[in-house]
Amino acid sequence: MSVSKKKHTEPLLRVVKYEGMSRSRRWLVRLIAVLASLIVSGILIVLLAGINPIKVYGTMIRASFGSSRLVWNLLRDTSTLLLLGVGLAPAFAMRFWNIGAEGQMLVGGIATAFCMKYFTGMPTFLLIIVMVLASLIAGALWGLLPGIFKAFWNTNETLFTLMMNYIAIQFTAFMVAQWEVGVGNNTVGVINPDGHEGWLPGLFTSAFNKDYGINVLLVLAVTVAMFIYLRYSKHGYEISVIGDSVNTARYAGINVKKVYIRTMVLSGAVCGLAGFLAVSGVSHSISTSTAGGRGFTAIIVAWLAKFNTFSMIAIAALLCFLDQGALEIASSCNVNTYVSKIITGVILFFLLAGEFFTMYRIKVRGKH
Amino acid sequence: MSMEAAVEMRGITKSFGTVMANDHIDITLRKGEILALLGENGSGKTTLVNILSGIYYPDEGRVFIDGRETVISSPTDAYAAGIGMIHQHFKLVDVFTAAENIVLGYNEAGRKFNLKETSERIRSIAARYGFEIDPDKKIYDMSVSEKQTVEIIKALYRGARILILDEPTAVLTPQETDKLFDIMRNMKNDGRSIIIITHKLAEVMEISDRVALLRGGKCVDVLETSMTDSVQLASLMVGRSVSLEINRPAVVGPQDRLVLSGLTYIDRDGVKRLDDVSFTARSGEILGIAGVAGSGQKELLDAVAGLIPLDSGSVTYLPHSGGTIKLNGLDPRQIRKLGISISFVPEDRLGMGLVGDMGMTDNMMLRTFDEGKGFFVRRNEPRKLADKIKDELDVATPGINFPVRRLSGGNVQKVLVGREIAASPAVLMLAYAVRGLDINTSHVIYDLLTQQKMKGTAVIYVGEDLDVLMSLCDRIVVLVGGQVSGVVDARTTSKEEIGLLMTSYEKRGDLGSERQ
Repeated sequence: MSVSKKKHTEPLLRVVKYEGMSRSRRWLVRLIAVLASLIVSGILIVLLAGINPIKVYGTMIRASFGSSRLVWNLLRDTSTLLLLGVGLAPAFAMRFWNIGAEGQMLVGGIATAFCMKYFTGMPTFLLIIVMVLASLIAGALWGLLPGIFKAFWNTNETLFTLMMNYIAIQFTAFMVAQWEVGVGNNTVGVINPDGHEGWLPGLFTSAFNKDYGINVLLVLAVTVAMFIYLRYSKHGYEISVIGDSVNTARYAGINVKKVYIRTMVLSGAVCGLAGFLAVSGVSHSISTSTAGGRGFTAIIVAWLAKFNTFSMIAIAALLCFLDQGALEIASSCNVNTYVSKIITGVILFFLLAGEFFTMYRIKVRGKH
Repeated sequence: MSMEAAVEMRGITKSFGTVMANDHIDITLRKGEILALLGENGSGKTTLVNILSGIYYPDEGRVFIDGRETVISSPTDAYAAGIGMIHQHFKLVDVFTAAENIVLGYNEAGRKFNLKETSERIRSIAARYGFEIDPDKKIYDMSVSEKQTVEIIKALYRGARILILDEPTAVLTPQETDKLFDIMRNMKNDGRSIIIITHKLAEVMEISDRVALLRGGKCVDVLETSMTDSVQLASLMVGRSVSLEINRPAVVGPQDRLVLSGLTYIDRDGVKRLDDVSFTARSGEILGIAGVAGSGQKELLDAVAGLIPLDSGSVTYLPHSGGTIKLNGLDPRQIRKLGISISFVPEDRLGMGLVGDMGMTDNMMLRTFDEGKGFFVRRNEPRKLADKIKDELDVATPGINFPVRRLSGGNVQKVLVGREIAASPAVLMLAYAVRGLDINTSHVIYDLLTQQKMKGTAVIYVGEDLDVLMSLCDRIVVLVGGQVSGVVDARTTSKEEIGLLMTSYEKRGDLGSERQ
């Protein structure tokens, strides 16, 4: 048509929104992202550490699947992280950015440790139920406060929940100092090392820390329940409406304040339960690093899964797999831990980029 | 007017994904003419002028300004080529004065920043074309029409010879519209060329020299305005012959249904949004609410629906069976629990009336999901209702669970109106129910409202198009600055009468400030 196309000032690359990509294509994009991440981090491994990337990947896989103990470790960490992600789901679905899972988990852990220390006279079964309830209530209270402030004074929940984390961490430090074993040690040590009161047993053996079947089952049950709650209950419906638009919720006659508070209580309670798992089911101790940043990692889990509790299973497992792999690379390939962290970083980066490409396309100048 | 072209667009094509917004459009704007760009929503008008003003870059096609091929790849390029666009939504800084806004971001070579001189130049531009403007007035003190003036002068100040106005009259009273049209004629006589986007046929006939009709991204015809009429334009716009008549049956046995008395509402910023509003809505009639945008229409409907707390006044519902029920102080759920069905189609369809990410089914139960016992929602009835509305109102959607956010504006409104009517309301309130809808869908909505009226519903219709209000409604309440300035019989009133009522507040407002 046009004979001369002299000047071209159209940008070379443009980002174009692309809706309605088919499900299979979306998974293809993700697969490509994983492959690309392996290639790029492989190059980095060679450049930075000078070792064979295939060997590194092999080590990573062995770190999680090398023995049944390692598989249980993976399941244990995955279930705790998943539980936190599931705890964030209702708040996030409401567009309430609860980034206080770390603190909610810690106070749940403190409540659990308190029961373990002081209610040793109870029968094990009853004690565990009391501990579960205590962790739920502690977490719920930690969620209640920012919920109330948001509902009545519209305070920024992100800052509020974040600050609550630091309070929880300092509170834990205080409790650790109260409970420390050996003066000046500043650690609580293993609680009830002899009687094992309040220790969550294995599912297949009565021994402790052999398998984590109960942890896994408990978390799966909460995951399914949360899915049903969000999708089929009236509460879940209210949460979705508020998440879309507070104005619409008010138009529909939904009591927005009530839902904010109720949902934050629920969110905090589930995160508090993760504290129970960590203390009663895994470490039998409490310290400021009991949550260990997992409350923040859970935000990534919830976002990547787009708040779908079932997708969270895969994401949580992947993150724990990478984490366990990174530790193993550092020790057995004899590289410093930063290299292994770079590798997991690269893999995550590509996965996030892959999500971008399921929604947008890059358009090159002149091509239509 | 000369036959020489100020702008020539040839073969302009632009697609968004699979949608061809502009499909090989050829359009010429002559020097010193007013060209109306007419078309329904989604016909490609805005895309076309956005290409001309540098916001989009066309996939194909060429633009010639004054006969020279010109590449416009940014709004700066557009200004350099003498093109000024006045957007529907003003882009002004509220806390700056008119003069500050006009020079903002304009870096004139060889000139120092001098607000005094700027104000002088603004005054001389204003005098030349008949604008009324105070260069030192802050934007937040200005009425919508004044803000629009600032936008237009901004374009002229930067030397725009080609002006594009995107639906400039939507926010104006009839009197302000007349003033704007006078200014447009002055600019035209001064040799400037103007493109005006509108979908009001009467305005096209009044102001334009020629009219270009867009439909489905194509330019279907360009006509001399003097050689055509509204009926022909409407059928060209829609693609087949349409009737512009609205059927208005007589009111049968009206009963007082909703009595508003002395409604006063002061918002969080201390502004009196409703000021002693009283009127009665009757069953079996359509009561229109007219007024310039922001005169209290939104607050009025919100107050009746129980969404905002009143500072004083009362809303009384008179059931068919007799008796009276006070509604003020109740929230929407409490009103519903009393068995009173007040349906409400709010202005913000996706931000208030519907949940955009949900499908039709889940949207059907928005106002009823908490009915019935049990912890879980029941989706059977909503699903049936969604199917029914989809069939009866011909909603174009891939499925009843497809997110309504991704439906076209007309279909979104059908879903919303369909749901609200399905509740068999005693009172049906609608705010700007046909905004952004094409002629056909608008008439579907008008027919639905008239059906409701005949069923004995009290319909309250907030509208912006006076022609429609006057041919659809039975009575019209005119709001000004939160006050009722008059209630007129829609069958006997005139546009002038309503227009005068729409502006009578300014006097009252002055009185108010004097008293202080």
